[in-house]
Amino acid sequence: MTTLADSDDLPAAPSRARRLGRILRRHRSLTIGGAMVLLLVLAGLLAPLLATHDPTQQSLATALRPPSAEHFFGTDQYGRDLYSRIVYGARLSLLEIVLGVGIALVVGIPLGLLAGYSGGRVDQVIIWFMDILFAFPGIVLSILIVSILGTSLVNLMIGIAIFSIPVYGRLSRNLALALKQVEYTEAARALGAGLWRILFQHILRNALGPIIVQATLTAGTVVLTAASLSFLGLGAQPPTPEWGAMMSDGRNFLGVNIWLSLFPGLAITFSVLGFNLFGDGLRDLLDPRR
Amino acid sequence: MKAYLTRKLVALPLILLGVSFLIFGAVRMLPGDPARIMAGPQATQDAVDGMRTRLGLDQPFLVQYGLFLSNAAQGDFGESIKSKKPVIDEVSERFPYTLSLAVVSYAAAILIGVAAGMLAAVYRNAWPDQAVMIAAIGGASVANFWLALMMMNLLAVRWKWLPLLGAGSWQNYVMPSIALGLLPAALIARMTRSSMLEVIGQDYIRTARAKGLGPRVIYRKHALRNALIPIVTIVGLNFGGLLGGAVVTESVFNWPGIGRLLVDAVRYRDYPIIQGVTLLTVTSVVVVNFLADLLIAAINPRIRFD
Repeated sequence: MTTLADSDDLPAAPSRARRLGRILRRHRSLTIGGAMVLLLVLAGLLAPLLATHDPTQQSLATALRPPSAEHFFGTDQYGRDLYSRIVYGARLSLLEIVLGVGIALVVGIPLGLLAGYSGGRVDQVIIWFMDILFAFPGIVLSILIVSILGTSLVNLMIGIAIFSIPVYGRLSRNLALALKQVEYTEAARALGAGLWRILFQHILRNALGPIIVQATLTAGTVVLTAASLSFLGLGAQPPTPEWGAMMSDGRNFLGVNIWLSLFPGLAITFSVLGFNLFGDGLRDLLDPRR
Repeated sequence: MKAYLTRKLVALPLILLGVSFLIFGAVRMLPGDPARIMAGPQATQDAVDGMRTRLGLDQPFLVQYGLFLSNAAQGDFGESIKSKKPVIDEVSERFPYTLSLAVVSYAAAILIGVAAGMLAAVYRNAWPDQAVMIAAIGGASVANFWLALMMMNLLAVRWKWLPLLGAGSWQNYVMPSIALGLLPAALIARMTRSSMLEVIGQDYIRTARAKGLGPRVIYRKHALRNALIPIVTIVGLNFGGLLGGAVVTESVFNWPGIGRLLVDAVRYRDYPIIQGVTLLTVTSVVVVNFLADLLIAAINPRIRFD
């Protein structure tokens, strides 16, 4: 008679790779979104290798050409290769995300953790500050900030970061409120750990999941807002190959050349969709209750 | 519920106070003489001196802010540098255009979003559901100014079905309201679907079914009531998003609303307009959000807002 323990037809514990494979198959939006985000990152990093032309090289003889074997997406009014400009534009989008999401994280998370953990007056003041920023429509706050600091992509990113602060502030406040009472936090407090050590070592570590999900979803918003305002002439300035700024060129050739607005817009939509799908998928993965 | 309302009521003026201080302070952060900035680069010395008295620049900072608040409360936001007209007149001339565009966009978004969300919930996991959900996440990801340009290229310039720019007739509403309504439609569809799915599993639906009511009656009766919550939530809490979207959409279509007024003002460094439009926009967003919160609490007392 064999016992369960001797039996060797029990399935082995699934390997890490197989487990990953199963997750990817089960969470389709995570897989598709992840692939799209990866493609965007690769395009940005490998732009000099992927581009077929210099993105700022003008050639008036070949202006406003439709897509061809020589120019995959056609050329703009200065004869610049649209495909190469879009590939380089991916770099700017990555930069926008790093700046826009990064600054918001660095400012919003400590504020939120401090508010949730401290409670009382500190909490009230920080929440008040967050509510004030949150009252502004993102685009309107960015426009206000750009009108003060001047129109440039960096100033626009500062504006976008500022309107994203309350998103992370509120989220990390709620997480800190929940994690404040758990045993390991109380243990750390009893052992005499300092405030910031508790906040970052014990609370933030365990709150990372929801923050990453939020950051992924916000990345799409950042790309979209930056492109919108660059399109209006309030962000990246020519000849920067920013997708939104490129589309404002397309606006001048309505009915003459649709490619000029089609391809940069597709690139924006592709990136935003990728981050939205990836963020949705991550949320399902990390929080199966929803 | 009462405690929640009281807290909201106390927070409302505090937030408005903070918002106005931020907007007031932002313009004061500009390098240079605030009187010159608010009077415009072409203003005469007399006009600049007049502006200095008006802004109370010889008074302490907080007194200046108090003056700004009391003027704003009386509808006095100064004069546009560009048009020389009072800011409040500029805004009230243009606000109806923004409002009517918002109403048309929201109405279309609600009709389409609720219908699509219900369809998805009824056919859960079957192809209509998948189609709606794909369309919804796509709709939430499309850049509205890109959609606008594509429509202008094809519907207005190439096929000449619709007028390209302006706000003269009902045809002018078609493209801007599609561009502006797509995002709320997508959000409403997703929320309607999930709130419907929640309801379908409830006991009282099973009871209704056991009583022999047909699916059509069940969905219509219970769904309509439950669709209200996502509509109020999206319309109320996303009002700011809609105004933000209007800034871009109005600029693309040359729509004479306050969004375009704001963008033009930034180009012209027309700070009185920038100050007035942002203050009025944010105030309306705060008030609409507050009303939406109340309405949501009234429709569904089970929702807690902590």
